Amino acid sequence: MFLKDYFSDVYHATKSLLTGMKLTGYYFTHPKEIITEEYPDNRKTLVMAERFRGEVVMPHDANNEHTCTGCSSCEIACPNGSIKIISKFNISPEGKKKKAIDQHIYRLDMCTMCGLCVEACPTDAIKMANTFEHSVFDRNNLIKRLNKPGSKIREGVEE
Amino acid sequence: MFEEIGITQEGDLMINVGPQHPATHGVLHLVLTLNGEIIKKVDPHLGYIHRSIEKMCESLSYRQFIYVTSRMDYLSAHINNHACALCVEKGLKVEVPLRAQYIRVIMDELTRIASHELWWSAMSMDLGAFTPYFLAFRERERINEIMEETCGARLTMNYMVPGGVMTDLHPDFQKKVKEFIQQYKLRIHEYKELITGNVIFQNRMKGVGYLSMEDAISYGCTGPVARASGVKSDIRKIAPYDVYDKVDFNEVIEKGGDCFTRYQVRIHEMNESIRIIEQLIDNIPEGEIQAKTKAVLKLPKGEFYQRVETARGELGVYIVSEGAAQPYRIKFRSPGFSNLCALDHMVRGSKIGDFIATMGTLDLVIPDIDR
Amino acid sequence: MLSLEGISNFIHEWLNGHLNATLALLAEFVIVGVAAIGLFAVLGLGLVWMERKVAALMQIRMGPNRIGPKGIFQTSADTVKLIMKEALTPENADKILFNMAPFVVIIVAMLILVPIAFARNFQIWDINIGVLYVTSVSSLSVIGILMAGWSSGNKYSLLGAMRSGAQIVSYELSAGLSVLSIIVLTGSLKISDIVASQEDGWWIFKGHIPAIIAFVIFIIAATAETNRAPFDLAEAESELTAGFHTEYGGMKFALFFLSEYINIFIVCAIGATLFLGGWMPFHIGHWAAFNHIMDYIPSSFWFFGKTIFLIFLIMWFRWTFPRLRVDQLLNLEWKYLFPISMFNLLLMTLVAIMGWHF
Repeated sequence: MFLKDYFSDVYHATKSLLTGMKLTGYYFTHPKEIITEEYPDNRKTLVMAERFRGEVVMPHDANNEHTCTGCSSCEIACPNGSIKIISKFNISPEGKKKKAIDQHIYRLDMCTMCGLCVEACPTDAIKMANTFEHSVFDRNNLIKRLNKPGSKIREGVEE
Repeated sequence: MFEEIGITQEGDLMINVGPQHPATHGVLHLVLTLNGEIIKKVDPHLGYIHRSIEKMCESLSYRQFIYVTSRMDYLSAHINNHACALCVEKGLKVEVPLRAQYIRVIMDELTRIASHELWWSAMSMDLGAFTPYFLAFRERERINEIMEETCGARLTMNYMVPGGVMTDLHPDFQKKVKEFIQQYKLRIHEYKELITGNVIFQNRMKGVGYLSMEDAISYGCTGPVARASGVKSDIRKIAPYDVYDKVDFNEVIEKGGDCFTRYQVRIHEMNESIRIIEQLIDNIPEGEIQAKTKAVLKLPKGEFYQRVETARGELGVYIVSEGAAQPYRIKFRSPGFSNLCALDHMVRGSKIGDFIATMGTLDLVIPDIDR
Repeated sequence: MLSLEGISNFIHEWLNGHLNATLALLAEFVIVGVAAIGLFAVLGLGLVWMERKVAALMQIRMGPNRIGPKGIFQTSADTVKLIMKEALTPENADKILFNMAPFVVIIVAMLILVPIAFARNFQIWDINIGVLYVTSVSSLSVIGILMAGWSSGNKYSLLGAMRSGAQIVSYELSAGLSVLSIIVLTGSLKISDIVASQEDGWWIFKGHIPAIIAFVIFIIAATAETNRAPFDLAEAESELTAGFHTEYGGMKFALFFLSEYINIFIVCAIGATLFLGGWMPFHIGHWAAFNHIMDYIPSSFWFFGKTIFLIFLIMWFRWTFPRLRVDQLLNLEWKYLFPISMFNLLLMTLVAIMGWHF
C-alpha cells in the first residue's frame, strides 16, 4: 500500500513536471510568439492611440489663430497648479477694454495628465496630444508657453 | 561568534526584510524574529510611501480629488475612482445614466482581471518561476491597450467623474474586448499547466499560512483572503452598486484557508469577471454618458460612506462635508491594511519560504496601505 | 591533421625536437594552463549568452540583440562593467577568508577539468581513477561556499551558505550512486576506457532501463549540486537577496558567477561522457557502414554537442519550475532519490552479471 502510494506520487509528480516543460519547450521552438515591440527601431511605424494623454497643446490653424480667451477656467480646474494664465487687456477700435491671453504657461514637469483642464475649457482651445517622448536635458525646457508668439484669437469665438 | 552577528539574548536572529527587497511588492519593512529557520514574530513597519493623500484631498474640489486616488492602489485604479465618484453622487443625489453604469462595471471587471494577472505573475516570481511573469503580462498588455484607446492612459486612468464617465467609448471597444476574451480563453490552460498543476508549487502552497474563519473576521480581512477562509464578503453581492445586481455571477467562497485556496479563489474570480463582461458587452444601452451637474460641486452638510470591492478587498470612502466646495475630511478604509495585520498570525511557526509564499498570496500593494 | 589530437601531437614533437626534455615538459605545462584559462573565459562568455537567449525565447521575448550580431558581445560588455565596479570588503568581514573564497571555488573548477576527454586522445591527464578523482574534487567546492557565507559578516549570507552546504553534501550521494551504476557496466574508472567501451552504442541505450533511471537521477542531482534552479535557494533572489554572495561585488562576484557556469559545464561533460558516449560518435551495434559515416564528424563536435544539449536541458529546468523549500529539497533527496538510486544500483548489478544489457 505504501509502495503503491510512493510510486503513484513519483508518477504524478513527473507527469506534472513534464507538462510544464512541454509548454516552455513550445515557446522556445516557436519564435513567432515573441511579442516584444522593438521600440527605438520601430519609430517610423509606431501608431499611438489617438486619445492617449501625452501633453497639453493648443492647436493653431493656418492663420496662426487659436481660440483661447484667457478665461482661466483651466487654471482653476487644474488640481496641482500646472497652468498659469497671464492675460492682458486689448483696446478694441471702439475704445472698449477686452481681456485677451498674453501667455499660457504650461509646466510639463508638474502635469499629471489627468485631462481636467481640457474638460473645463469652454471654447475647446486646448487638447491632449499623444506625444510621449518628453525627455530634455535642461529642466527649464519643460516649462512651455502654449500660445505661439504673434498669434491671436480667432474672430467670432464667444466667451 | 553569535554576539557579533547581533542575535538577541535568547539566541534569536532578527532580520530586516526590505524596505528594498525583491519580494515585498513596494516598500514594506518587516522585522522577522527567527529561531534558526522558524519564524517567531513578524513586525511590519509602515509609512515609507505615505504621501498624505487624505490631507491633500482637503484642499481639492470634488471633481479634482479623484485623480489622486488612482495612485493609492494603482492596480485597481478604475475601482478606486469608481468608489469616489459613487460617494460624491450619493451626496449630490444624482442619478447616473444606464450607459455610464454599464461602462463603469465593464471597466471595473477588466481592471480586476489585470490586477489578478499581475498578482499571479509577481507571486510566481517570488517562488522562483520566472516565466509566468511574461505570459501574464501578455494578457495584461491587451487590457492596457483597450484602456489606452478609450480612456487615454494605461495605469492611472482618471476616467470616472461624478455623474458618469469622462468620454464615450472608442468605436473599436467592443471588438477589442471580445478579442481579448477569446485570447484569454485560449491561454488560460497554460496557467494550469505551468504553475497550478505543478507538484513543486502545490507542495509549497498546500497547508501553508492557514487562516481560520474566526481569525479572518476578527482581523477584518476582506476580499479573496477572507473568501478563502469561508467568509461571505463580496460587496458586489452584499451591497450591489451600479448594475451588479443585474448580472449573474458566483461569489467564489472556499473553505480551505491556506495559501493554495487563496490562489484558487483568485483564479476563479478571474473567470467570473470574464463571465460578467460577456454578459454586459453586447448589451450596452445607448444614452448619455454623464449626468448634468453644476460646474462647481458642493455636497450638503453631512457624512457619506460608500464601499466597493476592489481586487484586494473592501475599499471604503468616507467623506465628511461642511457644505463647502471642498471636503472637510476624507478617509479611505484600505483593504491591504487589515490583510497585512493577519500576516503575523498566519506565519508564526513556519519557515522563511512559507512566509514568502504567504505574503505573495495576500496580494499587498503597499501604496494602498500607506496612502 | 586538423583535429585536436593532431595539433597536440604536433606541438609535442616540435617542443621535444627543439628543447631538452624538462624544458619541453615545463613549456607544455604553461601551454596547457593558458589553454585551460582560455577555455574558461570563452565558456563563461558563451554560456552566459546562451542562458540569456534561452531564457528570453522561453519567455516570449528577445534576449540581448544590440551589442554585436545577435548580442554575442553582451557578456564582454558585462565583464568590463564588473571590472570597473568597486568591490567593497565589509567592515565585519574576515578579510583573509573573504578574499580567498572566490579563488577556492575557481581553482576547484579548474582542477576538475583535468581528466575530461574533449576529443579522441585529447585529455590533460588520463589517470586510472578518473571518475573517482572528479567526484572527490567536486566535493571541495562546498568549502568555498561556506567560506564565502561565513566570512561576509552578514546574517543573510550565513543562512544561505548553511543551506547550500547541506544541499550539496546530500545530493552528492545520489550523484555518486548513479555514476557507480555505469561503472558497474564498464568495469573501469579510467575515462578513456569508459568512452572506448561505448564504441558499439552509448550506455544510455545499451543499459536500457537502469541506465535511463540513473541518467534522470544524475541530471537532477547535478542541478542540485551546482545550486541551479529549482534548487537555487542558496542564492534565491527573492528570499535572501543574494544568499552567500550578497556582499561580493566587482570582479569577485564575476568569479562566483563564472564558476557556477563552469560547474554546470563540468557536470554536463561528465554526464555526457558516462551516459552519452563522450567523444564517441553515434554508433549502432556492428553496422559498419553506418558507423563509418558517423565517424566523419569530428569527435570534438560530438563531445561539445552532447554537452551543450545537456546544458540546455538544465537551463530548461531553471526557467520552468518554481523553487523548492529547503526541507522539501532534503526530503526529495533522502526519501526519493537516494532509495531509488540504491535500488537502481542493485538492478544494474544484476543486469551486468546476467549479461542482460546489449
